[in-house]
Amino acid sequence: MRKEDRSIVVRHVSKTFTLRYHRTLKQMSVAMLRQQELSDSFLAVNDVSFTVQQGESIGLMGLNGSGKSTLLKMINGIMRPDSGKVLTRGRTAGLIATGAGFHPQLSGRDNVYLNAAILGMSEAETRRKFDDIVEFADIGRFLDSPVGHYSSGMFARLGFAVAIHVDADIFLADEVLAVGDRPFKKKCLAKMQEIRDSGTTLFYVSHAAGSVRKMCDRVIVLEKGHKAFDGDVDEGIKFLHYDDDNENALDIEEEMADDEELGADI
Amino acid sequence: MSAPATPMRRRPVDAPLRPPWSEQGILEVFRHRYILSLLVRREIAARYQGSVLGLLWSYVNPLSQFFIYYFVMGILFGRAQRTEDFAVHVFAGLIVVHFFTETMNAGTRSIVRNKSLVQKMAVPREMFPVASMLVSLFHVVPQVAILLVATLISGWRPDAMGLVFGVLGLLISMTLGTALALMFSAANVFLRDVSNAVNVLSNFVRFGVPMMYPYTLVAQRFHGHTSIYLLNPITEAVLAFQRAFWVGATSHPAHTAHIDMPPNMLWLSLRALVISLVILAIAQSTFTRLERRIPERLL
Repeated sequence: MRKEDRSIVVRHVSKTFTLRYHRTLKQMSVAMLRQQELSDSFLAVNDVSFTVQQGESIGLMGLNGSGKSTLLKMINGIMRPDSGKVLTRGRTAGLIATGAGFHPQLSGRDNVYLNAAILGMSEAETRRKFDDIVEFADIGRFLDSPVGHYSSGMFARLGFAVAIHVDADIFLADEVLAVGDRPFKKKCLAKMQEIRDSGTTLFYVSHAAGSVRKMCDRVIVLEKGHKAFDGDVDEGIKFLHYDDDNENALDIEEEMADDEELGADI
Repeated sequence: MSAPATPMRRRPVDAPLRPPWSEQGILEVFRHRYILSLLVRREIAARYQGSVLGLLWSYVNPLSQFFIYYFVMGILFGRAQRTEDFAVHVFAGLIVVHFFTETMNAGTRSIVRNKSLVQKMAVPREMFPVASMLVSLFHVVPQVAILLVATLISGWRPDAMGLVFGVLGLLISMTLGTALALMFSAANVFLRDVSNAVNVLSNFVRFGVPMMYPYTLVAQRFHGHTSIYLLNPITEAVLAFQRAFWVGATSHPAHTAHIDMPPNMLWLSLRALVISLVILAIAQSTFTRLERRIPERLL
C-alpha cells in the first residue's frame, strides 16, 4: 500500500463515554449517602486500528451499540478520541446516524446553504448545485417551510441530498437508507455507487448484507467496541451470521432486496 | 486485506493526511467567514421567528430599560438635575451594557441551542458564541444611530479623541463578551446552572458600571479609591463610550471630562482591553479543554 494513497488512518483509537446517573446536587448527595455509583464509564470504541486506501469502500457492520456511529463521528471530526490517532485526507461528507444536522426553525433552503457550507462548499458552489440538491431530495413546496415540520423521511432525504452533492474525498453513510422509501433508497444506492466509482472512499454502515455485498469491497465488523473482523465482504457477513438471515426469515427487507436487486437497511 | 470485489478505483487526493477536527480555536472562526455569516443571519432570523413585532423587540427591550433607569435615577432620585444631559449619559452606557449582557447571555446558550448541528456536523464550535456576539453587535448599530441623534440634539461636538474612545469601548466589550460567551457556552453544556448564574452576573454588570449614575458618585463615596471599581473592563467600556458621545454634548466638555471621568482615561481603556484579551486567551484554553467532551454531553 502506498503511503500517499492512504485516505483514512485510524490508529489505536479508544473512546470512553461517562454515564452519569445523578444530575442534581440533591440526587448526588442521596446517592453518596447510599454509597451508590455516581457515574460509570463505558468504552464505546476500544483500541481500533485500520487503514483505508483512497477509493476503497468499506462496509462497517456490527450489532446495535457496537460503536459504529462513534467511530464514524471520530472519522468525521465531530468527536475526538480519548487516545489514539485519526487522520483523514481531503474533504469528508456524509450523514451520521440518520438525519442531518439541521436547525428545525429554519427553512429547508436555509438549512441546505448552512449544511453545504459546513461541509466545505462555497456559496457559488452551493448555488450551482442547489437545483440538483432540491431535485434529489424531492421535497417540492416544503423547501421554504421550517424543517421542523418535515416528515422524518423528508428530513433524511434533504440531509442526504446535501451530503451527496459535496465533492468529497471521503463519504460516510451511516444507516442512511433506514428511513427513505423504496424509490428513494434505489436512487441513493445508485448515487452512492456513482460516488464510489468516481474514486471516493466510502464508509457504509448497514445491517443489510445484500447492500453491503453490492456496495463494498471490504468489511470491518465491530463487536462491543473492538474490531472483530477486517477483510473480505462475504467472510465478514458470514462472521456476523447475517448470511443465514433468509433462512430465518429475520430480515424481510433482505428478501425485498433480492427481488428488487436493491439493498436496504432495516 | 482482501481482494476487492470490483477493481480498485484510484483517484489521487491532493491534500495532506491530517486530523479531521480543527485545532486552531477561535482563529478557525475567521477562516470560515462564510459559515459565520450564515450562522449570524440564521440567528437573527430565528431569534424572533413567530413573533409579530420581530426585530422590533430588540429595541423595545433596551428602550424600556432606558426609560426605567431614566425615570428612577434621573427623576425620582433627581440625578437628571445634577448630571448634565443625563439621558445621553444613561443611553450611551446602556448600549455598551446591553450589548455585553446580550452577548454573554445568548452566547452562553449558543452551543446548547445549536445541538442539532453540534452533534452531527464537524463545525468549529467556537463559531456559535462568536456568532452570538456578532448578532448582538448587529443590534448595536441602530442604537448608536439613535444615540447620535440624541446627542446631536443636546449639542454634541464630535472630537477625534472621542472617536478613539468610542472604538476602544466597543473593542473592550466585544473582546470580553466573546471571552465570557466562549467560556460559559462550553461550561453550560456540562452544567445548565451556568446560564442561570450568567443571568445573575448580568444584574451585577448593570449596576456595577457608571451607567445610571455618574462616575463622580463612586469617586466621591470612596474618596478616589476606585482602583477595584476600575478593574472591571466593562466600566472602562462604558466610560469610553460616554467620553465619546456624552462628554462632547455637555456645555463644558473639558470640565465634564475632568470631574466625571477618571484621570488617565486612555491608559485605563488600553489596560481594560489588555485585561479582556488575557481573559479571552484563558477562555479559549478552557474551551479547548471542555470541547472534547461537548458532543457526548449534549443530550
